[in-house]
Amino acid sequence: MDKPNSFVSISDMTKEDILNLLADADYFESNPNSRILQGKVAATLFFEPSTRTRLSFETAVNRLGGRVIGFSDASTTSSSKGESLKDTIMMVSNYADIIIMRHYLEGAAQYASEISPVPIVNAGDGANQHPSQTMLDLYSIYKTQGTLDGLTITLVGDLKYGRTVHSMLQAMKHFNSKFVFVACKELAMPVEYKEFCDANGIEYVETTEFSPDVINNSDIIYMTRVQRERFSDLEEYERVKDLYALHNSMLDNSKPNLKILHPLPRVNEIAYDVDNNTKAYYFQQAKNGLYARQAIICNVLGVEIPRKNS
Amino acid sequence: MADTKKELAVAALENGTVIDHIPSDVLFQVAEILQISKINTGVTIGNNLDSKRMGKKGIIKVADVFFPQETLNRIAVIAPNAKINLIRNYEIVSKYHVELKDEICDIVKCNNPKCISNNEPMITRFRVLDRNNIELQCRYCGKKVNGTNIILK
Repeated sequence: MDKPNSFVSISDMTKEDILNLLADADYFESNPNSRILQGKVAATLFFEPSTRTRLSFETAVNRLGGRVIGFSDASTTSSSKGESLKDTIMMVSNYADIIIMRHYLEGAAQYASEISPVPIVNAGDGANQHPSQTMLDLYSIYKTQGTLDGLTITLVGDLKYGRTVHSMLQAMKHFNSKFVFVACKELAMPVEYKEFCDANGIEYVETTEFSPDVINNSDIIYMTRVQRERFSDLEEYERVKDLYALHNSMLDNSKPNLKILHPLPRVNEIAYDVDNNTKAYYFQQAKNGLYARQAIICNVLGVEIPRKNS
Repeated sequence: MADTKKELAVAALENGTVIDHIPSDVLFQVAEILQISKINTGVTIGNNLDSKRMGKKGIIKVADVFFPQETLNRIAVIAPNAKINLIRNYEIVSKYHVELKDEICDIVKCNNPKCISNNEPMITRFRVLDRNNIELQCRYCGKKVNGTNIILK
């Protein structure tokens, strides 16, 4: 890894790195409030707005006693005057102990981590990576199933553009779970990710049918949003948008341990009647983002966690 | 034999470098990498010459210039089978293939317009994924590029 220790990409991480972060997230779930970041300043640089992710990171710092500076909209900063990313990073690193950044350009966090004297945490770089989302997804699976091995994980909806599902595959190469890809042809899992699965021994099946069989055999159903703007043919969008929507009645014969995940925001793909089902886990999943991000921040800062109860 | 003629042509250089086995379609890109236009000693460029192995090939001969190894290795990105002959006193004193490094720095431009490397004054970096078919991956955005899609900076 680059020095200082940064958190940029899931593909950089070993199995041990992932398991350590999951154990740390578990610790923070039991101990979300402490002063272990007292005296530390975190900068949240959001060159592209993302309220949910920013609030989650800022809460993570605040609950551990650290302080937060930063911006949530680059139009109010010097980058709108043409300042380079390098100059912004060099300037902010004079003030902060850690930089948590979201950028609309792909690879921005990797580049920042190479030039920054303080750790960089990638809070999303364009269509490329969003590794803290992957960590909270993994933590949600791990916590609800007790393992990341031997599961059947069904990914539904937009598997072509959905970066969360791509990053999950990258992380799951270290574990032995099976995937079911459910998507229409236009939003199917890209060939390069299927090749990645083949090369890394990840078992998968592909289907266009979100059928009872698929649902009833799943341990995890990971729903994603099918976005209208992704379609070249709007008739096709109208045809498929409801095919990949989940309703409560579809869960009648599902496994007792099944959990429904969604990176949020949802639109039509999960009906509101699912919310009261104990298998609905997406809001808890978002809450887990807090613990996963506390773990990530402490990890890159090298802050000792008092006791791991994993 | 054609080979004998080429040997003679190479030997005709008193001192300098011969870059042989350049694919014809990238000859001028190789010339650009070597900054041939700025060289004021004798330069001979041949293209679309018959080659048993390659069908057609290009060749560049430069008198009295010995390029740094790093410069020659830059050619490997587009001409992985290029052969270097170093000539001193009409003799070939060294003959070797260019070497593709594991990471290619500041030679290739990323094809992804949304890549940070196309929007920031910085050095591009590509990992070599496949040496035989030349497949590269941008260190920043992760996009892969191969063959004729490779754009030089």
